[in-house]
Order: sequence, then structure tokens, then C-alpha cells
Amino acid sequence: MCTLEQRGRVFVLTLTGDDEHRLSHALIASIRSSVASVAAAAASAGPGTALVTVGEGRFFSNGLDNIWAGTSRERLQGLVDALSPLAADLFALPMPTIAAITGHAAAGGFLLALCHDYRIMRGDRGVLYMSEVDIGLPLPPYFVSVLRSKITAANALRDVTLRGRKLKAAEAKEMGIVDAVCPGPAETAAEAIKLAEQLAARKWDGNVYASIRMSIFPEACRSIGIVEESDEEKRKHFASRL
Amino acid sequence: MANGDLCSVVKRGRVHLITLTGAGEHRLNPTLLSAIRSAVAAVRASPGAGALVLAAQGKFFCNGYDLAWARAGASPADRIAAMRAALRGLVADLLALPVPTVAAVTGHAAAAGCGLALAHDAVVMRASRGFLYMGEVDARIKIVDFFGELIRQKVPDAVARRDLVMKGEKMTAAEAVRRGIVDKAVDGGVGDVVDAAVAMAEGLAARGWNGETVAEIRKAAWPDLWRKVKDHGGEAPARPRL
Repeated sequence: MCTLEQRGRVFVLTLTGDDEHRLSHALIASIRSSVASVAAAAASAGPGTALVTVGEGRFFSNGLDNIWAGTSRERLQGLVDALSPLAADLFALPMPTIAAITGHAAAGGFLLALCHDYRIMRGDRGVLYMSEVDIGLPLPPYFVSVLRSKITAANALRDVTLRGRKLKAAEAKEMGIVDAVCPGPAETAAEAIKLAEQLAARKWDGNVYASIRMSIFPEACRSIGIVEESDEEKRKHFASRL
Repeated sequence: MANGDLCSVVKRGRVHLITLTGAGEHRLNPTLLSAIRSAVAAVRASPGAGALVLAAQGKFFCNGYDLAWARAGASPADRIAAMRAALRGLVADLLALPVPTVAAVTGHAAAAGCGLALAHDAVVMRASRGFLYMGEVDARIKIVDFFGELIRQKVPDAVARRDLVMKGEKMTAAEAVRRGIVDKAVDGGVGDVVDAAVAMAEGLAARGWNGETVAEIRKAAWPDLWRKVKDHGGEAPARPRL
């Protein structure tokens, strides 16, 4: 379902297999477990690490496992509820995060990509697509919160959510949703790892990095249940550093 | 240190120009912050004032909080808290000011110094030298609530905000203009930047806006920021209506 490897200072989480990487309870749990391992490894590795999430095959992720959920509202809500803590894990991760979008990323899969700090995407194939409006499903509140936090260019949010626009990498880059476009999946993964190495080389303190991320995106963090440190706790941290 | 050693105030027509004096880094310790706040209060109380410009001499606009001063104290945490509180008050003073404000970023503006520039209505920046640099991530310093709000309100683009604050990118004036962080890049030396800022301020003053209206509209435009700083400043009685 997903594998984790460490290449120097960079952790690479791969969604394995040439399937849609549908976010089922099992896959979400597997990814969370890998992310938890990364956080633990980072603590002992010290400052200067980064995470790259990459998919094998034609899909990054086609979203929540709606096929398993079928018409059951309980099942669907259960999946929505299960994805939120994974989003929180990523927003709280004490290192820079990069999504190597090596295939289609739709709905929950698009959201997963947005939960990363940077996005590199293949330009030859694949789209980013918030399909909910086309399927007739409302957007969960935390989805909206993350979308609003990360997609701020004029009309971009409307096009993505209200028009169900399918974005190729080049368009997504123009809209500020993707940071770089690469020819194919191998180049995308390579570029993502290269960026990860550059960011890891900055030797940032992971705890501080995550704290700063939260102060940049507080509403998204609140929506997924992350409680930001108080100013008082930050003051104590400053003192302890000196 | 007398206030006159730290910043000067001159009038150019209806524009009140506050200059951080000397060739140093204009680090924001309580003494300098107090001097700036006094100067701003004097502008507020001046019946003929039409606009405010904040500029600096030398290579630096403002290089952030005086961390050396903080470290030298018995309780560095208390000293950083004091500087943060004073900046919070100054931001409130600027938000509540009944005249338009322009920051003339004549040199490097880092961390709290960058924030101070952004707290003005408009920012002009020297094109040939100097960076905007939110160095907190590199210096391992967390960002407190009001400061995070200042950045979110004044740098609404998610990518620009991420690159400035989470990546600690050093941005030239051209780059800052391109990303919508700064209004204008000005060629030439410090004097040219100041002249451009004064010209812009004079243009705003010439609109003849009612001061109370300017202050109220500004607070309404940045309501979340105002809410987070209003208890710390901006409370001096406004000029009496003529």
C-alpha cells in the first residue's frame, strides 16, 4: 500500500502499485503509520530533514474510497473523518513536505497533495481535480479550510471547487497550486527529491519549522484539530534556545 | 539614549518623514520602539499632517529585534516579550493612524523589521540593494500570533507567504513587487527611495481624506490584525476636529 525509505536526509513515502491509491481506511492507516515513523526518525536525526510523497502508476490518488462506501453515508463520513488526522499529521510534521504528483490527484487525493508544503507535478499527463461538485457531494469543512488556505489566487478557488476544473500541471502552476512542472513521472520524483535535499540542507529546526507553518495556516490547522502553541509557550521556547 | 539619537522627524510639505538614524541595523529594542512610537504619536497629534513615511539611513532599514540585548538580560524570555509587546503597540498605532502611511525600505528589512515595513499602507523598496528576509525559520525563532496575522493579512498569496516565511527566501525589491508584497521598486540610492516614498505619500495626502475615515477603513480592511493589536496601542486621542 505504501512504503517508506530514507535517502540521506530525505524520507520518501511511496504509494505503491498501479492502482488508484484510493484512500481507504487501510491505506490511510498505512500512510499515517509511515508518517509517524518519519516524525520519530526526524527526532533522532536532528535538524535538516524533508519528506517526499510520491505515487507509482497513473494516479497519485483518486480520492477517498467511494467505491467501498457506495451509497452508505456512514461509510463515506467515516472515510472523511479518517482523512482529517492524516492531514493533521502532515500539517504538524517537523520538516518540509513535498508532494511529487506523478499522476491524477482527485478530491481527497488532491487534498492530500495540498497538505504538503510544495507540489511538483508531471506535465505530460494527469490532472488535479476537485470532483465533488460533479459527483454531487458537499466538501467537508476541513477540505474547504485547506483549499482556502492554499489556493489564494484570484478565481482559482472558484475554478477548482465550483467549476470542477481539471487542472493540468502548467495551469496549476500559473494558479500557484503547483510549484514546478516536469516532463514525466521519473523527472517529477527526481525534482521533488532534489528540492527536498535543498530544503533539508537549510538545517531547520523541525519543531520551529512546524510551528511557523502553523502560524502561516492557522485556520487550516484549526479545522483539522491542531491546537497552535500559545505565545507564552513560544516565549519559553525562545528563552530555552539561548 | 535620547530619542533624537535614534530617529529624526522632518516635514516635507504635508508628509511627516521619520528616519531611523545612523549606520547601524536599527534593531528594534524597547528604546528604539519607544522613539518610533513617540514620533508616530507626534504625527497623530499634528493638525496639519497629511501622511507618514518611515525610512532609515545606512545599509539597513531594520534588521529585526535586538536579540543581543535580549540575550544580555537576566531573563531573555522577558526581554523578547517586551520587544514583541512594543512592536504590537506600534502596529496598533500605525493601524489607527489618521493619515496614510508609507514604508521606505531603504535597505535590508529582516524579521520584525520586515513586519514593521508591511504594517504600513504602502511599501516602496530600494531596487539595487537590500532584501526582505523573514529570517525566523533560519534563526529558529517562532512566530507569535499577532505577527503571524500581520503576515497573513499583508501577504495574502499563499505561495508568496510560504516562500517568504517558511522558506526564508531573501527577496529583492523586483521579486517582492512581482509577488505583490511590495508596491514599488525604486532605482538609485537611499535618497531616491525616500524621495519616491515622500512623493507617493504626498499624492495620498493630496486626496484630502478625512483622518478618522482613513483610520476606520484601515481597521476594517485588516480586522483580524486590528483585533489582535488594538489593546496594545493606537489609543492616543485623535486630533481635535477643526
